[in-house]
Amino acid sequence: MAQTLVINGNHAAAYGAKLSKVQFISAYPITPQTVIVERLAQMVEIGELNAKFIRVESEHSALAACIGAASTGLRAFTATSSHGLAYMHEMVIWASGARLPIVMPVVTRAFAPPWSIWDEHTDILLERDTGWIVFMAENNQEVLDTIIQAYRIAENENVLLPVMIGMDAFILSHTTTPVEIPDQELVDNFLAQESKRSFILDPNNPITHGSLTYPEWYMEFRYLLYKAMTDAKSVIKDAANQWAKLTGKYHGDLIDCYKCTDADVNMITIGSPSGDAKEAADILRAEGYKTGVIRLRVIRPFPSEELRQAAHNSKVLIVVDRNLSPGIGGILLNEVKGVFQTMKKQPLVHGFIAGLGGRDITLQNFISMFKRGYEILEKDEEPGIEWINLRREVL
Amino acid sequence: MTSIREIPREEYLLPGTAACPGCGFTIGLRMALKALGPKVIMVVPAGCTSIIQSPYPYVSIGVPLLNIAFAAAASTASGIAAALEYKGDKETTVLVWAGDGGTADIGIQALSGAAERGDDFIYVCYDNEAYMNTGIQRSGATPFGAWTTTTWTGKREFKKDVPMIMAAHRIPYVATASIAYPIDFYDKLKKAKTYRGLKYLHLHAPCPPGWKIPTDKTVEIAKLAVETGLWPLYEIENGEFRLTGISKMLLDKKRRKPVEQYIKVQGRFSSMTDDDIKILQKWVDEQWETYAQLAKTK
Ligand code: SF4
Repeated sequence: MAQTLVINGNHAAAYGAKLSKVQFISAYPITPQTVIVERLAQMVEIGELNAKFIRVESEHSALAACIGAASTGLRAFTATSSHGLAYMHEMVIWASGARLPIVMPVVTRAFAPPWSIWDEHTDILLERDTGWIVFMAENNQEVLDTIIQAYRIAENENVLLPVMIGMDAFILSHTTTPVEIPDQELVDNFLAQESKRSFILDPNNPITHGSLTYPEWYMEFRYLLYKAMTDAKSVIKDAANQWAKLTGKYHGDLIDCYKCTDADVNMITIGSPSGDAKEAADILRAEGYKTGVIRLRVIRPFPSEELRQAAHNSKVLIVVDRNLSPGIGGILLNEVKGVFQTMKKQPLVHGFIAGLGGRDITLQNFISMFKRGYEILEKDEEPGIEWINLRREVL
Repeated sequence: MTSIREIPREEYLLPGTAACPGCGFTIGLRMALKALGPKVIMVVPAGCTSIIQSPYPYVSIGVPLLNIAFAAAASTASGIAAALEYKGDKETTVLVWAGDGGTADIGIQALSGAAERGDDFIYVCYDNEAYMNTGIQRSGATPFGAWTTTTWTGKREFKKDVPMIMAAHRIPYVATASIAYPIDFYDKLKKAKTYRGLKYLHLHAPCPPGWKIPTDKTVEIAKLAVETGLWPLYEIENGEFRLTGISKMLLDKKRRKPVEQYIKVQGRFSSMTDDDIKILQKWVDEQWETYAQLAKTK
């Protein structure tokens, strides 16, 4: 029987890996990710999980070791955050180019300098063009559920791409909430599909992988990766629906539409702040505003179609970016704008930069951001970018 | 010592590689695969081997081979070795085949980590003493006095002693080798295979374009490196240091040829002055005092 435990997001991630019966784990410590692999190390050492666990000397090596193990056909897992992710960036690109179904939670965290160990989404968003499927979880239950779904997606023979699952530093990683742990048997069945890999290193069938490839061939490899990303959409939807059927847990597929279809003002969010955004939408609905939230559960493949469908009636879209691309603004704002570019009747898209380096984004902030949406509409203002909770007095 | 007749006839380095004429390390690679093949998985970081294995869709190496990024060879091998252990495969050897840049410089962190953990694979550094594949830039293994495209007037620092760094990790087996002594290399690989843990072999391998030497002089010049004492052949087995092959005789200074003989035949050393050669000779002689100590203390 499924049991409910009160655990933090890091434990939920570790349970997700355990239930997925990962066979290989490599890890290098980085706050606030460490607990994920500490728990897994313990599970392996006390014999709860039959996997090889290697304690490497850097994040670059952690993912390289996963690439090695996955190349021999094993189900591989690691986890990281912030500078660790940036340090492994080269191997992030290698893993997807090699089409290896590795799964990796990323505890999203700000970059230095100045040092910050707190929440921000810039780290994971910087990896969006690497060829990984990128999820952002809203809560601890979703962290666990998505890791299991991720293996089913990654190992699908039409996909064969690695998956990272973003989870907000401390807000998810260190906050305990009730999480339902599904039965092992259920997970085994869910992941029972035959995994056909793109290649396996095997002396009985020698192949060379990753050779130098001249311009006459390279583009086709990239096209196949692009196509796999596109094909992944239906596989992601199928995984979400099947999981819902088995467990009753549904977190959305590529997007999570919260009262979004009839909303005049929709807020676009990712990760844990979405919970507050939804609450703000409810409060405002009670006051007669037609507000909704579209949470992007998946950032790659980008849910362009899904977003267009969900928001085609919206008059204003408010994009909340807990990230910064200096010189242009919020990363999501620009991605979202691109999606609506081709529509005749376009919603106004207004962006907020909020919560960098763990700065609080309060419920009140979400309410004001929604209200700004109405103001822009009523006053026929040009949409733009605003910073929330910026302490201008110290600048 | 294995006799030449006992070397397997099977070839795993297939005809038609994209190596330059006279390439030194391909001689070594051919031997390595004979010694370890066919139950081998090879890991290759960026370097000349990325080219000589032939571009897609051609293949010139008859064992499974995974290309990987420059800094990641040892850690990738760690992952493969652990995976083989998980699968209960005790037969397959994991072989990293990396250049000196990938070993002495960018890859040393991962190599050191794997050594400390005792991960089970053989790491061979083929040392052509510069970043040859990117057009001859200096590496940590480039010798004193050598011209490269980033040391136009000759490198002023001495070669990084990677085999001794690896020995300091107390791994079970460390050896140096030269492509001029292929059977010595073959035997060392065979021996390395009998140990569990990380085994490190450092193979000296001339490169005609990088060293500015004629393509038919590769072996001759590799031999001179050993005969002058610039490249000693030794092994460190479970901490025990032992000179091998002709290097055993070279503890006697008089039997070592002057380094000048090695320097003068290579275009890369053309900017070395007589004083530079003296500095190098002194450095070599001092190195040998260390080897004498090590050989005695066993
Ligand atoms: S550049 Fe030198 S080491 Fe590289 S393939 Fe050519 S000869 Fe061999």
